[in-house]
Amino acid sequence: MLSAEQSCWFVRKVIFWRAVASIAWAVLLLPPITAVFVIISRFSLLHPIQAVSECLSFLTSASAIFSFILLCGVIIMVGFLNLEYYTVIPTIACSKIALLGQLLHPRQFVNSLGHCIMGIIVAWCCAITVGGRYETIADPCAQGDGSPQMCLNEYHLILLLAGAFVGFSHSLLGVIYNMNYVSFHTVQQYKYLRFKGSLSLVLKCSATQALYSVRNYIVVYFFLGYIPKAWICKTLNLHLNSSVHPLDSIAGLLDLSLLYHLWISASFLLFTWHLTLLLFRVFVTEVYSFPVQSSFTEDAHQCLPTVLTDKQPMILKFLALLDLALLSQHSPSRRSEVFSLSQPGGHPHNWNAISKECLSLLADLTQRLIAYHDTVATNGRAKSLSTGSERKTSSESSVTSGTEDLMSPRPTLLMKTPASVFARSIVGCPQSPLTAPFTPDLDSPFASPALRRLTAPMDQCSPWFGTVQSPHIMRRVPKLWSTSTDSQVNGSPLASPASVPSPKQEPSKPSLLAQFLQNRKEQLPEASSQALFADSQAHIWALEGLSYLVQSSFSEDQFGVVQTALPSILSCMLGLQEAVDRHFKLPHASSKPVRSASSMGDSTHKTLRFALRATLKTSIYRITTTFGNHLNAVKMSAEHRKRLQQFLEYKE
Amino acid sequence: MCSLALFPPPLPSGQTTLCESNNELLSGTTTEDRLKLESSPLSLFFPRESLKLHCRTESSSKAAFLDHSETLWMRSAAAWRDGGFTGLLDEITNSNTEVPKWLSVSSGCTLALLRWFSSFHGSLFPHLTMSSEDMLAEFSQVLNWSDCVVRAFAWHPHTDKFAVALLDDSIKIYNPKSATTPTLKHRLQRSVAAVQWKPLCATALAVACQNCLLVWHVDPCSLSTRPSSGCAQVLSHPGHSPITSIAWSPSGSLLVSASPMDTAMMVWDVASESGVPLQRVGGGGVTFLSWSPDGSHVLASTPSALFRVWETRMWTCERWPCVKGRCQSGCWSPDGSRLLFTVQGETVIYALTFTDTPAGVPTCTSKGSQAAAVVADLSETTFNTPDGDIIVGGEIQSLAWDPTGERLAVLLKGDPQAADRPAIIAVFKTRTNPIFELLPCGFVQGEPGTEPRLMQFHPNFQHGALLTVCWSSGRITHMPFYFLSAGVPHFGLSGSPSLPRPQERPADFAKQSLFTELMS
Repeated sequence: MLSAEQSCWFVRKVIFWRAVASIAWAVLLLPPITAVFVIISRFSLLHPIQAVSECLSFLTSASAIFSFILLCGVIIMVGFLNLEYYTVIPTIACSKIALLGQLLHPRQFVNSLGHCIMGIIVAWCCAITVGGRYETIADPCAQGDGSPQMCLNEYHLILLLAGAFVGFSHSLLGVIYNMNYVSFHTVQQYKYLRFKGSLSLVLKCSATQALYSVRNYIVVYFFLGYIPKAWICKTLNLHLNSSVHPLDSIAGLLDLSLLYHLWISASFLLFTWHLTLLLFRVFVTEVYSFPVQSSFTEDAHQCLPTVLTDKQPMILKFLALLDLALLSQHSPSRRSEVFSLSQPGGHPHNWNAISKECLSLLADLTQRLIAYHDTVATNGRAKSLSTGSERKTSSESSVTSGTEDLMSPRPTLLMKTPASVFARSIVGCPQSPLTAPFTPDLDSPFASPALRRLTAPMDQCSPWFGTVQSPHIMRRVPKLWSTSTDSQVNGSPLASPASVPSPKQEPSKPSLLAQFLQNRKEQLPEASSQALFADSQAHIWALEGLSYLVQSSFSEDQFGVVQTALPSILSCMLGLQEAVDRHFKLPHASSKPVRSASSMGDSTHKTLRFALRATLKTSIYRITTTFGNHLNAVKMSAEHRKRLQQFLEYKE
Repeated sequence: MCSLALFPPPLPSGQTTLCESNNELLSGTTTEDRLKLESSPLSLFFPRESLKLHCRTESSSKAAFLDHSETLWMRSAAAWRDGGFTGLLDEITNSNTEVPKWLSVSSGCTLALLRWFSSFHGSLFPHLTMSSEDMLAEFSQVLNWSDCVVRAFAWHPHTDKFAVALLDDSIKIYNPKSATTPTLKHRLQRSVAAVQWKPLCATALAVACQNCLLVWHVDPCSLSTRPSSGCAQVLSHPGHSPITSIAWSPSGSLLVSASPMDTAMMVWDVASESGVPLQRVGGGGVTFLSWSPDGSHVLASTPSALFRVWETRMWTCERWPCVKGRCQSGCWSPDGSRLLFTVQGETVIYALTFTDTPAGVPTCTSKGSQAAAVVADLSETTFNTPDGDIIVGGEIQSLAWDPTGERLAVLLKGDPQAADRPAIIAVFKTRTNPIFELLPCGFVQGEPGTEPRLMQFHPNFQHGALLTVCWSSGRITHMPFYFLSAGVPHFGLSGSPSLPRPQERPADFAKQSLFTELMS
């Protein structure tokens, strides 16, 4: 697991230990949760005292201790997967087919398989815990002729398969709801209070999700349950007991106690996993205070101005920006370090580095918004972006154009033109750290997962991703296409746009699959807008940090270091304001996302663009209210001056 | 120490307070005053008759319809929908002829148990048994809220515009620079308890309603007089209603809301419409919120004899138990270092001092004084006036401190039954630097027969302080207090008060200090 990222001091020294602490807490919380689960699963109203004594005797038995050790192993594994798969920038699928591509990705497949196996293990522990008829997989039974045989215990099997199913659906839902996305809260709280506040929500959403999973599982088992049953019987050389009802029948499944135990076990499984995830999120997003400057040169790489400019890992950049936003707001002594001059030479290195990095972040977002707007404006709709939105650009768009070719050959060129123009214009613009194209073959199953995570931050929806049309990008396409579409890819209509597909392909072309894919490719509303602002938490902090620093510089900046940067800060913010305003005039951009009531997935990323817009306005107002009419002396273009006047008159 | 005895006596009937100039309150008769009021664009009058009120009551319209027999299932479903779990149990218990005996008996027992438990809970926190209208009236900062024509008022923190919430659940926005007065109406905008403009923003107005929190975005450049309800964001959280108080952070990033029914105080990130509940048991709810002007602390009072002061960096709180009653009102000094508050059932103003934590130190608990000091005693005092004796003083409804920290307005409840105990506003002169001092200034009175209901200081009045008072008649008046602020530097010559020199009169009262920190 040693990879490029591990070499970063921050991941080694901070993130890793935070993850370890969160896993340790999750393991420590396991005994009480298990005890509660034992009591709930074994309790009977008719014999309460007997049930309690049975629970106590079970809790001290060897099998309980063994299953507890297994559960600890599962928790550690889940915690480890959290650490491996987490991201601070969500991956947003812009179309349904992109989502499908994510779900069928090899990396996701490994994840799902892991969760399936862990689900089976937890379900086995649950079977031991619940006891009774669930305990063993084989029962002695008497056949019709009276000879004793080993028969399959279907209750045990149904519980194990339920564990696998719930684990699998948990991992699928994790992709759909971006459960690996770690969001930062606007309200800072201590870890214990954060944890306590979210606990009831975790319990509630584990129980609901378990309910839905069990419902789906029962339907699946009703139709397909005979397959695993026959397979197990064959491999383990067991017989089916003909004297009891088979469980994949209506009568068999209408067993309330069975349903209750399935639901309780699924809730237990999901609760322990969600709890591990919650602890991980709470620990990882804790504020880390970076020194602004250090007197020792060997510590210089850990200081805020250096750390801010680091491109990787993203978590380091995010925590550094969060620290900047907080220090600019709350601590005058650290602000004074930012405004201070270097000892020999008298240069404001700290302020220069910080303001430059923040401004380049904001300028990058402005560029992105302008580029997106231009694409949409030339195209009428965000079509080229949607096709360029998935894990590829070139190959997928060639498929699109291929299929469209056949339905309407002429407009294809029109469709393609803006995309290519767009791609060129993007290549021309300076690449910011966030958007630098990555060339390693990330999506092959053999690449290190950690390395892949590094690129996961990169927005796969955005046009600036994958502008490099190297051959390996082809492999990123999830293999969902029929051979005919694949041949179309290889037929490279992109390389030679003039080559119209050969007539012989034509009859096979408008296949159902192709049409289906075409339909699925339509953009999910507002997804591209969400994707544009996927990493906007960084911009929000940059805006807050800059504006608070500028505000306090009015009274605290002794050497006037901020004044020199004021024109560029103002014009950068006003330029961004203009781009954001234009973006929100697009259809879908200002439509509010549907609130998902209870899910472990974090939906913060869906509203980041609104948060950015509000923060941007507040930041500009913060500067204008502090400086007031003094701003008239600042040099800026006439257009920006007009906009600034609006702010000075409180008319924005 | 009775502070009110040192005040100049109240004005004779027919005189109204106009302004303060040269250290003394000037008054005028009603007729000449009227002319002045009509000419001023911001003085408004909302006669009660002009408002269209709802005749609809909160209770359901069930009684108006004939009873007709439905099946038990239908009735149970309806009861579940209307009355929740208790309604269902009630329905089952009442229709004992149709259901099996064991079911009706067991549901009856459960219902009795639930009622006993809720009455027990209610006896711990009596306010939980009130209806939401009563609760709003009880905990609002407005005197006699349910009868008020103007239910809430808010100045914009940066410009000369304000929002007025009226008895008919509409909100009007007045701006002297624009001809349009937008009227805000929304389906969910019922029983407005408080309105507040978002700082560092020109458009956003938060409204505390009976069931939710609305954040309106009113474009100041728009010519529309009826912004659509699409301009409003709805923020709600289960169990968090009715909302009696809201407060924006001075940096404009967060909004906190309080409900007496909910032990959690909600901290909203309005742009992303997500709220974080800050739960603390004890107190039984949160009634009043006030964010300190420097943004470092939030006062949160509860319906019990307890209030909390939250520190806003890591959101931890200090508990402050009171001896007698709940904290009724509070206000912060401009630098956020001093909190004045009043307690229900007492006639004094207390002060708490918060010293700044050493900057940059990660421990963020606010270190303050160990006990609150009494700074003013407003117990009842009799003044002899030509119209007879007037008794002034008693319990305090609300406090307001002007943004320069030089005037403190105190709204005294009075007694609505007794004619000689009117509700009145007492104004103190205050000084926070270098030591805290309190001096008498005078009483603010309106037209005869009207009482002040609500008051607020203008957030950035150039020539001193401007107190806006909403009267029971539906009139809104603005009272300037002209003075040179000691704390605020004056640029150029515009700082000097532009009022005609008033006639000389000795102002002995003003010299006597009521409270200084050296005394205590």
